[in-house]
Amino acid sequence: MKSQHIKVLIVVAALAAIAIIVPNTNSFVILLTTRALAFSILVMSLDILLGYTGLPSLGQAAYLGVGAYLTAILATRYQFGLGYDFWLVVVLGILFAAALAAIFGLLAIRATGVYFLMITLALGQCAWGLAYRWNSLTGGDNGINLRARPKFGIDLANEVTFFYLVFVLFAVSLLLMYTLVRSPFGRSLAGIRERELRMKILGYNTWLHKYIAFIIAGGFGGLAGVLWAHTAGIVSPENVVLTTSVDALLMAVLGGAGTLVGGVIGAFIVFGLREYLSTLVPWWQYALGAVYVLTILYLPTGLMGIPERLRQRRAATGNREDVKKMAPVTS
Amino acid sequence: MNTQFWLTQAFNGISYGALLFLVGSGLSLIFGVMRIVNLSHGSYFLLGGYVALSVIWTTGSWLLAIPVAALTIAVVGVAMERVFLRPLGFDPLRQVLLTVGFAFLFQQAALDIWTGNNFDINPPDALTKSIVVGGLYLPLYRIFMIGTALVIGVVLWLVMEKTRMGAAVRATVDDAQMARGVGIDTSRISMLIFALGAFLAALGGVIGGAFLGIYPGLDFEMLPIAFAVVIIGGMGSLGGAAIGALVVGLADNFGKALFPEVSYFTLYAPMALILAVKPTGLFGRE
Repeated sequence: MKSQHIKVLIVVAALAAIAIIVPNTNSFVILLTTRALAFSILVMSLDILLGYTGLPSLGQAAYLGVGAYLTAILATRYQFGLGYDFWLVVVLGILFAAALAAIFGLLAIRATGVYFLMITLALGQCAWGLAYRWNSLTGGDNGINLRARPKFGIDLANEVTFFYLVFVLFAVSLLLMYTLVRSPFGRSLAGIRERELRMKILGYNTWLHKYIAFIIAGGFGGLAGVLWAHTAGIVSPENVVLTTSVDALLMAVLGGAGTLVGGVIGAFIVFGLREYLSTLVPWWQYALGAVYVLTILYLPTGLMGIPERLRQRRAATGNREDVKKMAPVTS
Repeated sequence: MNTQFWLTQAFNGISYGALLFLVGSGLSLIFGVMRIVNLSHGSYFLLGGYVALSVIWTTGSWLLAIPVAALTIAVVGVAMERVFLRPLGFDPLRQVLLTVGFAFLFQQAALDIWTGNNFDINPPDALTKSIVVGGLYLPLYRIFMIGTALVIGVVLWLVMEKTRMGAAVRATVDDAQMARGVGIDTSRISMLIFALGAFLAALGGVIGGAFLGIYPGLDFEMLPIAFAVVIIGGMGSLGGAAIGALVVGLADNFGKALFPEVSYFTLYAPMALILAVKPTGLFGRE
């Protein structure tokens, strides 16, 4: 229990450090952090499925897409969501994405393991296909450019102000998701992840648990989408494409699935490598690929699992020394 | 919208399906034998095309490019399976993620070696002509594609159904544990199937490169379509892959011609529905 408190304190301190340090750096770092924070919400939403429920989804970008396209279409067609009504767009983005998840979930939830992976891939591709081809609504391959960010008392065109908005919504999402996974509901999700049959025998409606988790994850994905639209200033099929879903999945695994914060760390590392390293060296994508491959080969529990592994190793070597000490006695 | 339109579209769909069969059958067998969702299968397709380009540039021979490219990628596939996938043991999620990591590495390598330009693989002149059958112009190249897929399909079917090796593969698909129990070396089967899958995907890349082009990003475009083939047809079954390829080829062509705005939706929505109802695909082995 105590170590849990320390972990929470570390996270709070890290968030405070980001909130204080980042606005005082250059605009490149601010933009990079804003992007990473917005995308982190999607990665955390995926972690609820992957890490806490044991459902590896390959279509999480669909919900990002719903939120992002909704924001872009409302803003460019109806000039809606550029004032105080921005908050209405946030709510709508969450609701629409959750609604899509409710539809997709009906099809996907029954499947497990690799089949869940495939069916979410197929559903994600449905969303991508619409974004890519439905020219009259989505602008097709070119996407939609957002001309302005919302203004309501505060002007979000200012990058520091916008950073704080994303930061606050990110922190709220983290808090909500943390509460969720620590709640009895979250505990039963973990139970399903460990052994679904046992949970069924204990009388839990596992289908409903997974379905609700799927919808909640979709809703957070929608929130990430609304923020992403205004962060990037453009919404295109790129945001819904398979590689975006794969990115989110890899970020979660890189940081450590089932930790929420791990996904955030993964997102920062990937965005850092991609946007910062790419300005320095031409081989940055090798670095990214190597990071993925090495993580999966040698760190199945992700970066967040390192302290635990070190502790285990120390315990293991300690035991071996004990054995050595014992050896002469027995022989 | 006369008969000619329907016939032309059907012909195009079937020839596209022939190409998809090459990509899908390998993916299907890999999944069937190893339960691995190989997300670098699209990369094999693209790399096959690129290697073929290099061969054509240096030797000028298109005929030589086909086997060289396919074999090269088969070696890449085997190396990946032996060195990285095999040591992971049975852990589907990690294996899937590993294949994605490789897809990204391949993407960057391709960009470095072959630049980001769009290329076309030009087949020999003899195959660029068209023949006229009953008022329909049928490009010889597309007929060649259908022929290749037919030959490969028949050979694969014969090997799978009539040889001891094929029986071992089918046994592994049905129940790997039991197959090991009766003395089948499933590890060797996995290696062979992975090589075969990579070979077929690369072959598809060389042949498809003539009318799809070869360009960065083709790998992740091809991948979900190949999955649609596998899922509609059923995982681990050759006949299923053939039917899946035909369905997807036709659906893709008619979808794009008839309802351009929702054409991809018409492809992937049935795929999701089939998965939801029957996860092993329409003709999958249980």
